[in-house]
Amino acid sequence: MDAGRRRKQMTAMVLFIVVGGMVGLSFASVPLYRLFCQVTGYGGTPVTQAERPTGPVSNQEIRISFDANINRDLPWRFKPVLRNMTVRLGEEVLAYYEARNESLSTLTGTAVFNVAPAKAAPYFNKIECFCFTEQTLKAGVSVDMPVLFYVDPAILDDPDAFDVRAITLSYTFYPVESGGAGRNDDKPVRQSANTAL
Amino acid sequence: MAYGAAAKGHDDHGHNPTGWRRWVLSTNHKDIGTLYMIIAVIAAVFGGGMSWLIRAELALPGIQFIDDFHFYNMMVTAHGLIMIFFVVMPALIGGFGNWIIPLMIGAPDMAFPRMNNISFWLLAASFLLLIGSAVIGGGAATGWTVYPPLSTAMFSPGPAVDFAILSLHVAGASSILGAINFIATILNMRAPGMTIHRMPLFVWAMLITAILLVLALPVLAGGLTMLLTDRNFGTAFFDPAGGGDPLLWQHLFWFFGHPEVYIMILPAFGIVSHIVSTFSKKPVFGYIGMAYAMASIGLVGFVVWAHHMFTTGISVDTRAYFIAATMVIAVPTGVKIFSWIATMWGGSIRFDTPMLWAVGFIFLFTVGGVTGVILANAGVTMQLHDTYYIVAHFHYVLSLGAVFAIFAGFYYWIPKMTGRMYSEKLGKLHFWLTFVGVNVLFFPQHFLGLAGMPRRIVDYPDIYANWNLVSSIGAAITALGTLVFLVVALKALTSGEKAAANPWGEGATTLEWAVPSPAPFHTHEDPPVIGSDGHH
Repeated sequence: MDAGRRRKQMTAMVLFIVVGGMVGLSFASVPLYRLFCQVTGYGGTPVTQAERPTGPVSNQEIRISFDANINRDLPWRFKPVLRNMTVRLGEEVLAYYEARNESLSTLTGTAVFNVAPAKAAPYFNKIECFCFTEQTLKAGVSVDMPVLFYVDPAILDDPDAFDVRAITLSYTFYPVESGGAGRNDDKPVRQSANTAL
Repeated sequence: MAYGAAAKGHDDHGHNPTGWRRWVLSTNHKDIGTLYMIIAVIAAVFGGGMSWLIRAELALPGIQFIDDFHFYNMMVTAHGLIMIFFVVMPALIGGFGNWIIPLMIGAPDMAFPRMNNISFWLLAASFLLLIGSAVIGGGAATGWTVYPPLSTAMFSPGPAVDFAILSLHVAGASSILGAINFIATILNMRAPGMTIHRMPLFVWAMLITAILLVLALPVLAGGLTMLLTDRNFGTAFFDPAGGGDPLLWQHLFWFFGHPEVYIMILPAFGIVSHIVSTFSKKPVFGYIGMAYAMASIGLVGFVVWAHHMFTTGISVDTRAYFIAATMVIAVPTGVKIFSWIATMWGGSIRFDTPMLWAVGFIFLFTVGGVTGVILANAGVTMQLHDTYYIVAHFHYVLSLGAVFAIFAGFYYWIPKMTGRMYSEKLGKLHFWLTFVGVNVLFFPQHFLGLAGMPRRIVDYPDIYANWNLVSSIGAAITALGTLVFLVVALKALTSGEKAAANPWGEGATTLEWAVPSPAPFHTHEDPPVIGSDGHH
């Protein structure tokens, strides 16, 4: 009887460990997914802090659309200076977004970004971007924020992505809480954004 | 032997509780199984009632009587959650599983009887939470898939979604505990001589189902926890503004959700195998193939989840993989269908009510399976995603598949449970009304879906009018069938003629038919010994 009982308890224990492991895996999927996306450019994560383009500029043109969003907790106005641009592949392009602090106090924000369609993301290279750092705006101040990028002509050789004729670059600004670094640390919001940028 | 002695020790303590203690504090697998059945019937009244309200509203174009659209969305959500977590799972797993598994393997009870009690009462608590969610703050109107951003605090404010999340959490904990209990029971408590390859197919089905539950439900729990903290504690797992991604939810949800549909159908496979074999008076054709077909369906079920996400912009290579992997599942499923047919082939078939339901199951499940293969194609799904074609597909496999197996199991085992036979005449009437009803109800929904009618919307343009009316008439016929079922069940509980230990004759070879009807409170205290010919 004791042997049977021990065997049953052993089975149950192993199964409880499996359950714990699966819960752990589902949470681990967040950092694993992020790592995977950053390494592979999967899921629309563009290449950041890229080198300047070295290859020749292609004659093939592609249309870039700029999208701007703002978190409802950040009382800023944020929009692209130009909604669309047509650029050549491999050409270094400078685009601007305009941000204005409409509140009565100094506020700091950070932008997260994404590229659609996702399959074009590995070819979308950002050399410089306002989204690489936090942005602080005094009350009522308006600034132009630059983003320097190019689209790698290698996209033409990708059997999945050669048909892309338009790429949308999207930003969302959200507030960075001033002071209290400790408070920021326990917010995954901040952590994930910092890692991604 | 050891377990028999343990159960006797139990008896010696005079542990035969009566009155409310027998039920509330129950550790007896048969009583707990009965409790699960009762909760499934109660929940089915709620879930079925909602579906009939939905069909009544959709019978004609325009708004008939549901002018609160949030209420309509809440019903669509609650219908799905109730039917999955509180009807099909409790009936097949908690109900038949608890009742029949120990009887079939010659064990005196489940491995952990007290934990079994906890599993049941967690489920009851979870059902109350879900009802709370429907009553408080207008109810969760997110669909059973609870996709963010719709389910986030911004678009679903108020406590309703939180209640639904907690309800699913508790239901998940209940199912995980139940699954651990089943695995421990099946692995350790089989009668001497019952090797793993001599287990009856229903035992195989429950073992694989339980393994799927243990692997899949914790992932749902993880995802739900993230959603809960996103809603209430400012995390941003699914919020792009904070570096999260709503698609993460879909990946986690469907990693659970796809195995979940096999969790609902595998016990049905087991039940149908026994019934087809019993009423054909032949052993199941290709026993080993049947067992491993279920195992491979379970295994492959974990690597096909993104076929629910073909329209989310995943790359063409990813889609190609998920198309191929999904179609692979048709192979073991085909093995099962053909083996059932081969079991009937040349058999001395008797079309008693359980057999009617089992054959009905095979037919309807095959129809649903065929539309499943069609939908596995990403290119086709781009068109059919979120249309009534999908609704028709999953109702054919679940509402008609799993539910037909529940009724088949009910008619097959009710003599063992109550000691009384059901009325054969009324049982057949129930079957034919339901069979005609559900086909009239769901088959036209294929046409509606192909014509582009979107699901989960309270109204539709006039072009979809006629087939919707037909579909609603089918719902009315099905409702009539359900009323007949309630009469059958009542008669089988109170006034049916006494059943023999084995009312089905030589075809029924599993161990539950070796004990008297109704099965006494304690069974198999001395485990039966299985000879080498005792092959289920």
